[in-house]
Amino acid sequence: MTNKVARRRRDVNPLEYLKRPWMWLTLFVCFVFLYFPIVTLVAFSFNSYKRAFVWKGFSLQWYEKALNNQSLHEAFLNSMHVAGVSTVVSTALGAMLGLALYRYWFPWKGTYEGIAHLPIVIPEICMAVAMVVFFWSVGIELSLTTVIVSHIAFTIPFVAVVIRARMAGFDTSLEEASRDLGASEWQTFWHVTFPYMIPGLVAGALMAFVLSLDDFVITFFTAGVGDNTFPVKIYSMLRFSVTPEVNAASTVLIVITLSLTLVAMIMQSRWTKGRGQ
Amino acid sequence: MTDAKPIISIRNVTKNFGRVTAVDNVSIDVMPGEFFALLGPSGCGKTTLLRMLAGFETTSGGEIEIDGQAMLGVPPNKRPVNMVFQSYAVFPHMTVFDNVAYGLKVTGVPKAEITGQVEEALSLVHLEDYGRRKPDQLSGGQRQRVALARALVKKPKVLLLDEPLSALDAKLREAMRLELVRLQHSVGITFVIVTHDQDEALSMADRAAVMDRGVVRQIAPPGELYEHPNSLFVADFIGKVNMLEAKVAGQSGGDLVVEVEGMGRIAVPHEGAAAGNISIAVRPEKTLLSADKPGEGVLALKGKISDVAYYGNESHILLDTETGVQFTSTVQNDARRTESSVAIGDDLWISWAPGNTLVLAE
Ligand SMILES: Nc1ncnc2c1ncn2[C@@H]1O[C@H](COP(=O)(O)OP(=O)(O)OP(=O)(O)O)[C@@H](O)[C@H]1O
Ligand SMILES: [Mg+2]
Repeated sequence: MTNKVARRRRDVNPLEYLKRPWMWLTLFVCFVFLYFPIVTLVAFSFNSYKRAFVWKGFSLQWYEKALNNQSLHEAFLNSMHVAGVSTVVSTALGAMLGLALYRYWFPWKGTYEGIAHLPIVIPEICMAVAMVVFFWSVGIELSLTTVIVSHIAFTIPFVAVVIRARMAGFDTSLEEASRDLGASEWQTFWHVTFPYMIPGLVAGALMAFVLSLDDFVITFFTAGVGDNTFPVKIYSMLRFSVTPEVNAASTVLIVITLSLTLVAMIMQSRWTKGRGQ
Repeated sequence: MTDAKPIISIRNVTKNFGRVTAVDNVSIDVMPGEFFALLGPSGCGKTTLLRMLAGFETTSGGEIEIDGQAMLGVPPNKRPVNMVFQSYAVFPHMTVFDNVAYGLKVTGVPKAEITGQVEEALSLVHLEDYGRRKPDQLSGGQRQRVALARALVKKPKVLLLDEPLSALDAKLREAMRLELVRLQHSVGITFVIVTHDQDEALSMADRAAVMDRGVVRQIAPPGELYEHPNSLFVADFIGKVNMLEAKVAGQSGGDLVVEVEGMGRIAVPHEGAAAGNISIAVRPEKTLLSADKPGEGVLALKGKISDVAYYGNESHILLDTETGVQFTSTVQNDARRTESSVAIGDDLWISWAPGNTLVLAE
């Protein structure tokens, strides 16, 4: 039976599908489902009317308003601060973790690896609660610092995974060649291994940055009173008044996230192309 | 050679990987300036032995001395050897120049000296104009020459090469064989090359060690390996042989008298003792084919041609002999013709001089 299906698929020229209405319908439904909310969000950020869902004409007034909103401003800077610091730390730690897991064997390595990557699959709310309870029990007051620490904790495994994936393609004889030519282990790392890791480091760092920048749940729980980050601020704005200013702020976040992701993807593809030769 | 001290002295070296013994009690001396080959089938432990010389594997037993210095506990970067890797391991993010300069830079050679030495090394491998290229802009053969230059610029006492030609196409491989020999003569460095290709070892090396499952079977110059193999394994691995089982029947003068099924008692020249069941063998190119029974003084078997394999310069003629053993005879195609002078099914005699018989006790 599987044979029959496979044959039928192969019989059809891929372009033939373009003539089939059901295919167009599928694409359309999925697209609407995925993007309709986002497209409306972005579109209405340019609305000149105050009610969110009645279009009255194009204007940039909400962007202007958002730009002049002092507390939104502050939240944005907080976000940058949190994302910046946590990215630097988690990239360094995650890279070391990834490298260690790639290179060394030690007892219980499999178990350790599983546990180290757990934050990727643990529900965010549980991570958040765990963090808060931990801070409370140790007697640390919640502040932007606790947000940074939490962000480092949940982004490290993502960076480690990226670095490990990158190292999987590494030719270890390059390190041996370096040692053979008289370099110490330290020199070998900096001159041979590290340059190879760079694309992975950049990709991992961008990922950590975006994860931190977009994070709501963990930040909401671990931030001190009045310490807003951008997403948390957007949420609180939404609770007071639903004006297109929220749309404008959200659009800014979308644009930042998309551009960083795009940069990461372009870099990845350029590097893999260079290596594929 | 007798009073020269070996540059590499391998004494009873063993290497175990868990329960696998990759190298088993190997002893080899390599003399200064020698082109030495480690030859053997896949998995016989050649690479492992080479990596122990370079310092990438520890020994499980025995000693290695290089240039009179014990190597136990000496890390790879402190050994007077350099290696050319099978995958070349050219640093992909550095230019050709930087690749070659690397070994000098990391050991603190002054900048002023580096440029000159790198250029010299590049000209040695004919890559003068390629200094600014990146490795991905080079062909496989060029990349390998970068790896060579990178190792030679360090002026090592010994250059180790792990299957350096295996990734090249047949034509380039032939050219590089000559090139490596030329290079070795001009720099005067001891070369130790690993290969599983007997032609490569025979054509390049001054001496070769034939390895079999971690054990060295014979160490000798190529000619001796070919003409006087000490075992069936070596005879069979280096070139082709036609082999017959024999039983030692006695000694007569300098000859060994053996009993061979289908040939009766024959006398073959042999130095040293032999007893019991042995093998005798003859190389295909040392046999003659004739339609009539050959005269006295040669060893001969009657057979029927079962196949003719044409190789251009020569043909291999397969013969089913009356004793049931298949023999191959090599015939030089020294006159131009398209039709073979023999055909499948022909009855022929295959013969050889007793002096061409190999007596293989093992
Ligand atoms: N790191 C290792 N761990 C376990 N076993 C190993 C290791 N390296 C080599 N071996 C084993 O040791 C034996 C010899 O391997 P080695 O690589 O030296 O063979 P080789 O003669 O170079 O073969 P080839 O011609 O295929 O390269 C093999 O049986 C191999 O499986
Ligand atoms: Mg090998």
